[in-house]
Amino acid sequence: MSTLTARSARADGFRSRQFDWGSFFFSGLTGLATLLILAILAVILINIFWNGFSSLSWRFVSTIPKKDFFDVSTTGILPMIIGTTIRVFVMTIFVIPVGVITAIYLTEYAPTTSWITRIIRGAVNNLAGVPSIVFGLFGLGFFINFIGRNLDELLQNPGPVWGQPAVLWAALTLAVMTLPVVIVATEESLKAIPPGLREASLALGATKLETILRVVLPQALPGIMTGGILAVSRAAGEVAPILFTGVAYYMADLPKKPTDQFMDLGYHVFVLSTQSPNIEQTRPLLYATVLVLLLLTFALNFTAIFIRARMRKKLRALG
Amino acid sequence: MGIHRGHRARPLEWVAEKFIFLVSLSTILVVFLIFAFVAREALPVAFGQMNSALVQPVIPVADLDQHSPEEIRAYLGLTQKQYAEMDKETLQSLMEVRVEAQNEVPEQFRNDKDAAINTTEWRYLLRPHQWTGYDKPEYIWQPIGQIHKYNLVPLVVGSLKITLIGLFFAVPLAVGAAIYVSQLARPRTRELVKPTIELLSGIPSVVIGFFGLLVMASFLQSVFGYQTRLNAFVAGIALGFAVIPMVFTIAEDALTSVPQSYTQAALALGASRWQTAWQVVLPSALPGVFAATVLGFGRAIGETMVVLMICSASVMSWNIFDSARSLTATIAAEMAEAVSGGHHYRILFLLGAMLFVVTFVTNMVGEVVIHRLKKKLEGKN
Repeated sequence: MSTLTARSARADGFRSRQFDWGSFFFSGLTGLATLLILAILAVILINIFWNGFSSLSWRFVSTIPKKDFFDVSTTGILPMIIGTTIRVFVMTIFVIPVGVITAIYLTEYAPTTSWITRIIRGAVNNLAGVPSIVFGLFGLGFFINFIGRNLDELLQNPGPVWGQPAVLWAALTLAVMTLPVVIVATEESLKAIPPGLREASLALGATKLETILRVVLPQALPGIMTGGILAVSRAAGEVAPILFTGVAYYMADLPKKPTDQFMDLGYHVFVLSTQSPNIEQTRPLLYATVLVLLLLTFALNFTAIFIRARMRKKLRALG
Repeated sequence: MGIHRGHRARPLEWVAEKFIFLVSLSTILVVFLIFAFVAREALPVAFGQMNSALVQPVIPVADLDQHSPEEIRAYLGLTQKQYAEMDKETLQSLMEVRVEAQNEVPEQFRNDKDAAINTTEWRYLLRPHQWTGYDKPEYIWQPIGQIHKYNLVPLVVGSLKITLIGLFFAVPLAVGAAIYVSQLARPRTRELVKPTIELLSGIPSVVIGFFGLLVMASFLQSVFGYQTRLNAFVAGIALGFAVIPMVFTIAEDALTSVPQSYTQAALALGASRWQTAWQVVLPSALPGVFAATVLGFGRAIGETMVVLMICSASVMSWNIFDSARSLTATIAAEMAEAVSGGHHYRILFLLGAMLFVVTFVTNMVGEVVIHRLKKKLEGKN
């Protein structure tokens, strides 16, 4: 009885349009939380863009530094940009086929309730949650110490050729790490394709494989691209998985073979911010490098969002 | 030709389907391989087969013949295969090296009881020990030096401390924002704010670490006025930045999946928007918020670069304004100087295996909770 009267009293308050303090307080608090997060983001971005643009120059992004890359007037980050590009490019060669095929299995073939489907989904979710440093350890323990060393033994190399950190191993480690990103994005795009398209193709006599290859995949292409781009943008900024699998503090040459090490943008940010002999003096270098890394990942992210939005619009028109 | 059924009718289709199935099994294989190969490198430590003692008993070279081959093999730490490949001369020179190494142990450690301790035994990994020069038993992680002190407790405490600070900061903000965006904001605001917050997840963690180190550390010190500039508090807040987008996305997703009929019923009964959000929507989506926190915990405890860049001195302390060293930062910082196959190397892999297990469990819990919630909400819809 008492709760009933309390409720109706509250309802009266609502109806008579008295000022609703509870609503004010609650909306204010959650709104404030939202604003604070946006403010944090704004402060980070403004700080980096403001300080970064003033020290960014064409010479800086197109110069290969000599031994001392802490020298503000002569250094550049070209090898880091190239190294990061190569490692993510090699990664996509491995991750996209495996990711897309897995997504095709999950959406087109897998029986929805079978235990094996559930385990595959569980594995994908778990893979997405494994810490990046553990991927680094995995790369070292599996690719370098196991596959690499056994390969050396098999080929009877005099010294370690495959059994040491290399751009190939770093790319493979990153491919394993970004596998869930590609799978989830591709699956999403496959699910968005209206079943009517598949049924029409099957009704015309195409087999299941023909339907997938000629009808489903062309429609899903933007989704696959989105997945690939998101994976690249995630991998481009990751440093922890490549620490022991291929990154070099300094290299005079650019990587030429899959077994070469490489320099990396994200790792360079780490080096500049923790190992600089004079942090005040090298601050402009650091900001410019961070800005380049951020522009790279954001450009990729925006492209992915753009492609995804266009695909949704198109599919809505189809369905 | 006749009528064939199954794989005989369309052999290519059959092969393609099996191939696709096998490739999709690779995800399971990968998760298994990650655990197997991280654990493989850690096994000798976990089973107490490593010996990190500085002073060890030596077998004089002349006594080679008086010991069994198995004893010599174990003494020199060789595998069966390596041992089989060696002739007597190589064995003798290896033993020579061993004796010389023992002779080179500095004088001060000869009579130090700590020098004879195998520090990779579990009791030295987990329990405090009174090292020479200390007046009480202490937890110490100090892998470099003559006596390797590998106590894991300071690292676990450091990881938990930084992670909990990060979650205390991130979860209220992210959940508050999720309630606002999903329940109270106008649709136009929602469509602007949601992708903007998710943009935060596009910032690489090395950039957040850089920002924490160069900008935030000094700012927070001037606000709170504590002693050490780079401490667990700064690292925790920066870690919060990295976790906010994830917690926000999951919580927002859970809140949005509460059926419209719930909110409409509450509003029709005269509840205000905040009463609906607080008393109807939030309670029914509470498992989702819980899952977001658990998954956020897994993400935070596995985050490496932020913590590595901001604070890295290992101090055994629960004080949030002291420095701390996390499991992840320890692996990242020390792997480069650890000898491959040595005890330090294996202990770092042990830390990695621990991290894998923890995140595996948090992932499972999070996924199961979300799955059940979605099923329940959809079932009632």
